[in-house]
Amino acid sequence: MSSIFTLSIVQSALELGCIYSLVALALFISFSILNIADLSTDGCFTLGCAVGAVVTIAGHPFLAFPAAMAAGVASGFITAFLQTRMGVPSILAGIIVNTGLYTVNIAVMGFSSNVNLFACDTIFSLAKDKVAADWYNSWYKIILVVAIVLLVSVILAWFLNTRLGLSIRATGDNEHMVRASSINPVFTITVGLCLSNSLTALSGAILAQYQKSCDINLGTGMVTIALASLIIGETIIGKGGMFKKVIGVILGSCLYRFIVAVALRMSVPAECLKLVSALIVAIAIAFPYLKGQASFLKTRKTLERAGRKDGGSVC
Amino acid sequence: MLSLKQISKTFNPGTVNEKKALDQVNLELADGDFATIVGSNGAGKSTLFNAITGAFYVDEGQIILAGENITYRKEHIRSKEIGHLFQDPLKGTAPHMTIEENMALAYLRASTSSHAFFSRISSKEKQMFKEQLALLNMGLEDRMKQPVGLLSGGQRQALTLLMATMVTPKILLLDEHTAALDPATAQKVLDLTKRIVAERRITCLMVTHNMHQALELGNRTLMMDSGRIVLDISGEERSALTVEDLLQQFSLQAGKQLDNDRILLSK
Repeated sequence: MSSIFTLSIVQSALELGCIYSLVALALFISFSILNIADLSTDGCFTLGCAVGAVVTIAGHPFLAFPAAMAAGVASGFITAFLQTRMGVPSILAGIIVNTGLYTVNIAVMGFSSNVNLFACDTIFSLAKDKVAADWYNSWYKIILVVAIVLLVSVILAWFLNTRLGLSIRATGDNEHMVRASSINPVFTITVGLCLSNSLTALSGAILAQYQKSCDINLGTGMVTIALASLIIGETIIGKGGMFKKVIGVILGSCLYRFIVAVALRMSVPAECLKLVSALIVAIAIAFPYLKGQASFLKTRKTLERAGRKDGGSVC
Repeated sequence: MLSLKQISKTFNPGTVNEKKALDQVNLELADGDFATIVGSNGAGKSTLFNAITGAFYVDEGQIILAGENITYRKEHIRSKEIGHLFQDPLKGTAPHMTIEENMALAYLRASTSSHAFFSRISSKEKQMFKEQLALLNMGLEDRMKQPVGLLSGGQRQALTLLMATMVTPKILLLDEHTAALDPATAQKVLDLTKRIVAERRITCLMVTHNMHQALELGNRTLMMDSGRIVLDISGEERSALTVEDLLQQFSLQAGKQLDNDRILLSK
């Protein structure tokens, strides 16, 4: 087993897990809190990646993040606008925006299907060699992404406990209550989707700098992967406050990357990765249900056995 | 306080399902009035409430609350001044949020400034919520951090009532808010309602299917049928009225026999 868990696998699972955990956090807002399946996630991730890459190439590795987030906010606003003001059902609104984003993304990348950042500075290349120690050079990427993700989590957990955050949470929790109280659902849905899409785009921008490239198909299946991370996270954390839940989502994302890394290590061909992802998602979603069923069967069997012992008939 | 002027609402106009839910309804509620509303299912009681809260806009007429014309005001803006309790105790609170968070949301009405958006619940407010909850005598003040989904229907309805009246509304609409509770809990919530409404002199409209309640509670009784208010009594005329009289009035005014056994049986 030791050959499966090498240090580099753990490291890359942590790095990717943290980067993608921002998308899982985005779905935590849209899917878990607002109860909206935002299918524009795939396109928005690529949008963040493309904007981040282009701004980085222009020589602004730090500006890349706010720029990508602004692009994400714009995309989220359009999705929200379609469903709150134009009467488009929420799933359709996501699909429509996702489709439109494909062209936007290509345009952002200068009408080419991929760009690379090999020749320019990224936050990773800037952070490298800042400390002359061996451990630093193998861990600096993790330190960077963990710092960003922790910062985002703290801000997010704080925000969700402000009055506006509470209103957003109530919007997805009880529609009737929201209508009877002074909350404007149009406003809260818009803010929620803008926020979630900005996180998705931020994740894309970090990935662009991390892997020094951006591809038009990068976002494909992102919503499934993020959903898997989210559900794994919710399964392992269970109940708790907002900060605990946010941390759970990040752990879920890292765990998911870890499972994928192990699958790859066990010589699953790379072409089968999407199938492996789909399997993991299906198992992660089915797991809590199956657990409940198993405990029910166990109780039933115990009761039936006890009944037989007492001489009662089992029907 | 509230005045409805000739309001009408027709659902699905021009189709076979066309239904005139409100038909030229006129109503004047004075400040501090507590009126009960009876009427068979489909008489337009809930539709009347929804017209007042702004769930839809009326086809004709005007709605005036405390001197302001709110006929075309949006629902979430109106709800700053209107408390609304539903029959279903699950509708009034957010189940996955804690008691404290639910109360903080209700307390949002009190703040009109936009900088309040990014403020958190202060310890002073927490203390106030706690004191208010203690008045319910349900032990909820020690469960502030628990999600509301864990409470019983009665507790949730009591909490909803507290939330609806925490910032005194200009009008309180109670849509059979005790009908889904067991008799003892229903009585408790009802007593609480009476106390709060009396203490704050809240103008109140209450739908009920219990004829005794309809005559006992408040100072005015309205009867609705086919989208119209067919009976409106108060004062001595009302105190002289018995449940039998009320039932008889119903058939007289509505011009038809009672066919709703829910009303007949709820003595």
